[in-house]
Amino acid sequence: MSIIKVENLYKVFGKDPKRAIEMVNKGYKKDEIMAKTGTTIGINNVSFEVEPGESFVVMGLSGSGKSTLIRCLNRLIEPTLGSISINDKDITKMDKKELSELRKKSVSMVFQNFAIFPHYTVLENASYGLKVMGVVKEEREQKALESLEAVGLKGWENYYPSKLSGGMQQRVGLARALATDPDILLMDEAFSALDPLIRKDMQSELLELQDKLQKTIIFITHDLDEALRLGDRIALMKDGEIVQIGTPEEIMMSPATEYVEKFVADVDRSRVLTAEMIMKKTATVIHYPKDGPRVALHRMKENDISSIFTVDKQNRLIGIVMAEDALTAIENNETSLDSIIQKDIPTALPDTPLKEMFALMTGKNLPLAVVDENSKFKGIVVRGTVMAKLAEGGIAND
Amino acid sequence: MIDFFIPLEDWINIGFEKVSYYLSPFLRAASEFLGVIIDGFEDLLLWPPEIVIMILVALLVWILASYRLAIFAFVGLLITFGLDIWEPTMSTVALALSGTAVSLLVGVPLGIFASQSNVVERILRPILDFMQTLPSFVYLIPAVMFFGMGKVSALVAIMIFAMPPAVRLTTLGIREVSGEMVEAARAFGSGRWQTLKDVQLPLAIPTIMAGVNQCIMMALAMTVIASMIGGGGLGNVVLRSMQTLNIGMGAVGGLGIVILAILLDRLTETLSKKVKKD
Ligand SMILES: Nc1ncnc2c1ncn2[C@@H]1O[C@H](COP(=O)(O)OP(=O)(O)OP(=O)(O)O)[C@@H](O)[C@H]1O
Ligand SMILES: [Mg+2]
Repeated sequence: MSIIKVENLYKVFGKDPKRAIEMVNKGYKKDEIMAKTGTTIGINNVSFEVEPGESFVVMGLSGSGKSTLIRCLNRLIEPTLGSISINDKDITKMDKKELSELRKKSVSMVFQNFAIFPHYTVLENASYGLKVMGVVKEEREQKALESLEAVGLKGWENYYPSKLSGGMQQRVGLARALATDPDILLMDEAFSALDPLIRKDMQSELLELQDKLQKTIIFITHDLDEALRLGDRIALMKDGEIVQIGTPEEIMMSPATEYVEKFVADVDRSRVLTAEMIMKKTATVIHYPKDGPRVALHRMKENDISSIFTVDKQNRLIGIVMAEDALTAIENNETSLDSIIQKDIPTALPDTPLKEMFALMTGKNLPLAVVDENSKFKGIVVRGTVMAKLAEGGIAND
Repeated sequence: MIDFFIPLEDWINIGFEKVSYYLSPFLRAASEFLGVIIDGFEDLLLWPPEIVIMILVALLVWILASYRLAIFAFVGLLITFGLDIWEPTMSTVALALSGTAVSLLVGVPLGIFASQSNVVERILRPILDFMQTLPSFVYLIPAVMFFGMGKVSALVAIMIFAMPPAVRLTTLGIREVSGEMVEAARAFGSGRWQTLKDVQLPLAIPTIMAGVNQCIMMALAMTVIASMIGGGGLGNVVLRSMQTLNIGMGAVGGLGIVILAILLDRLTETLSKKVKKD
């Protein structure tokens, strides 16, 4: 069951929103409506659902309506039309009091420029949400301390924000949002103002926190790398519409429109495609010690291949058997594979990127086995696929 | 020749008469209240021996600002004593500061109100423009009509003249608090009033302090003009010097005002810098 459900949401900035919506539904473009009526279409007929514990990333160019969308979710911006249900309650129908309760208890927000209060200490900042809730001082400081500790700011409680670096200030922002223990975190380009290294750190930290806390996160970014890293699913926006929603892989592998394709194209494919994404999962294997050279040769003939991977009963990779070696073993009347399994072979992890796979394969004429951390066999990657994907990325000759 | 004449003069005269007639009970009460404030303040400054006031002022300045300004305050007041203008100086201080206090008392809440509502701001803006650009002599007349000659009229004229910057800078200070900051408070469920109290007002204080500074300076400037309607104080010294063409006396009165102006300006400036830092 979904925690957030947005249905046919519209937001029009300006006078006479009805007319603008009529025009949109007749197929007029955002610019045309702007020129004719002076109103701006912020959100145009957006629908989506988010599952509890999901990280839902919204991506799009500047002006595509990302901030407007996320602010509709806690009604910092009033939607013009449509419904938004959070925990099965339509928040567009809430009165002031219910809305305030929603903001205090269920939904909190992290801002692009941190929006930390400069006249409050780190601790007072982190406990702000609880103060608004009316929690007594001792208790709110206790909780704020816990959430400051969770974001790695223990010991900084009594400093003023101006003494903190950008990354630390945003940690305060995160702690403030977590202190009220909300179900949903809204993060509007929360890491965009940070420099790249700190940004990566913050992403990792968010992923770690998310592992523990399992919040539902709506994360806005215009950075594809960040979206791929953080998102369970990604929604791409253009001119107020969602043009595609899907898992990172779906977005990468089959961009729905030219717009998405362009968005995706600026990412270095060789860096983003991983072993897991291009491997063959249905590769034929033989089992050790049950199978001998005859079975091995038979399977290879059947599948028209010249080598075959060997796994044990628990599906752990043991090695590879070559067709010539199997033939020799049969001529020598051997029944076990022991003497012919090559065990010292390169393997890839599911998240090994394309470039590294290419390096692992150079000089060898073998497919690459993909195994997980426990040596469990996952699939194989053949040379041809790697070359083809590299060529698409335009870096086959580097 | 066309026969065109606007009897604005008559209209206003008649209007004022009517208004002052209907308002007279209220005006009397207000007059008494303001009279108590200003007389009380003046008596307080003139009652102890001069040296006690000098030391107390210097100490207060030291606590609020710096020892250097405290020395200036002490020496400055000593000079006014030496020039034999102690009494008018204290009377001007009382008038300027009570004028400032009343201006702030009315101006800051008005400014807050205007920051919360575009309609209120749109109504207030032309009125404030009018109050500030009208030659200052002009409001001496209604002040006298409503309150008669004397300190209370002077106070009212000062209040009208000095209030606009307090209103304007309060509104500006609140409105220029970054939208994200306000959003942050609202996003955690803060209502309008709480957002104002927790976030907007504290962050607007440096700008409001600039308004206080301007307000004091304008009040001080107006005390000179208000001496024409019985404001007394240093303004009166200057006025008399003009009437008698006594250039020396004019210089003495002017020096007193300059000393007060420098002291009050530096004091509020230092204070607003201090709040900014914290
Ligand atoms: N208060 C407003 N009044 C009028 N138009 C607005 C307002 N807020 C946003 N818009 C318009 O709505 C559209 C979407 O703006 P929004 O801020 O949601 O974009 P965004 O995707 O967040 O962009 P960015 O990446 O620059 O933050 C833009 O065309 C913008 O000009
Ligand atoms: Mg934005």
